[in-house]
Amino acid sequence: MAKIIKVGMADLNVAKPPDVLQTCGLGSCVGICLWDPLTKVGGMAHIMLPSSSLGKSGNDAKFADTAIPWLITEMKKNGAESLRLISKIAGGSQMFAFYSDNDIMRIGERNVEATKAVLSKLRIRILAEDTGGNYGRTIEFHTESNQLYVKTINLGEKYI
Amino acid sequence: MPTFENISEFQLDAFREMGTIGAGNGATALSQMMNRKIGMTVPSIKVLPFSQVPDVVGGPERLVAGVFTTVEGPAPCNMLFMFPIESAMFLVGTLTNRIYKDQIDDIGKSALAELVNIVTGAYLNSLASFTNLKFMPSVPALAIDMAGAILNTVLAQIGIAGDNALLMETVFTEIEENVTGHFFLLPESGSLEKIMEAIGVIG
Repeated sequence: MAKIIKVGMADLNVAKPPDVLQTCGLGSCVGICLWDPLTKVGGMAHIMLPSSSLGKSGNDAKFADTAIPWLITEMKKNGAESLRLISKIAGGSQMFAFYSDNDIMRIGERNVEATKAVLSKLRIRILAEDTGGNYGRTIEFHTESNQLYVKTINLGEKYI
Repeated sequence: MPTFENISEFQLDAFREMGTIGAGNGATALSQMMNRKIGMTVPSIKVLPFSQVPDVVGGPERLVAGVFTTVEGPAPCNMLFMFPIESAMFLVGTLTNRIYKDQIDDIGKSALAELVNIVTGAYLNSLASFTNLKFMPSVPALAIDMAGAILNTVLAQIGIAGDNALLMETVFTEIEENVTGHFFLLPESGSLEKIMEAIGVIG
């Protein structure tokens, strides 16, 4: 029986088949899923902000640049190999449509940009993404199949 | 690190009292606009880690209408009004004299944003007269979506400073139809201290 392992806001977690990693209600945040095809060890991070240089925090899972390396470390402890990792990402939407001069209104876009930059620096390929738009997402990452299930309120659901 | 841990019980009490009066003014404005009786709870004040905030409104996947206002000035804050979708439809239906069953159209959205604008305006007026500080609200922005998605966008703004949110939550209730709305005041780091200083309450 597959367990659903929850990942909260500014949080990360690791799972093995048949378990499923889930994070609910991604807005401007980005859900990052990493997977090792050989051992099928999967990891998910739910980041809120692009860079840890934005502010001091005791929580490395909050920022794209610190959460991804931490997630890889945790996955390695479970038998994953960093050279084999591949990724799927979702989220980074702009929930509120108003004045655009405020940085927070672009936070989703910046989160996606930062996530991609970090992944590319670590040479982790992005197999699929569902980012941007102006709506929230709930995602479930199936460690058995590397399928990422994306659910929205008005635009249905899909697997990427 | 401004994580709200350095705020004393006494200061929180003072903040709660200001909140009660401010929210009272907001409820009065809402009641006049709707021409109905509106009840409200005494504000509860919580310091919560971000991950627990969505549970306050019934879980991250709950469909809600959220109206978000940023407040600038010497003590910047963020204000968020969240209505369960059924309550939002009843409110705009009453205001615009129409019936909303499954979706809120553009007129309804605009009416809801305006309603919140007036309520937050009444609230900020009372806060300003207490503290003699200026509070300048932005035009409200509206989103109808998952509660978690709306909240994490708002929390990203204060997330720059810390890992905890100080929430002041008031629940408004329309007595006959059981309409509820959650009102959150989220001060940015340093703002609470400025407000306390302005009313002369030192921890």
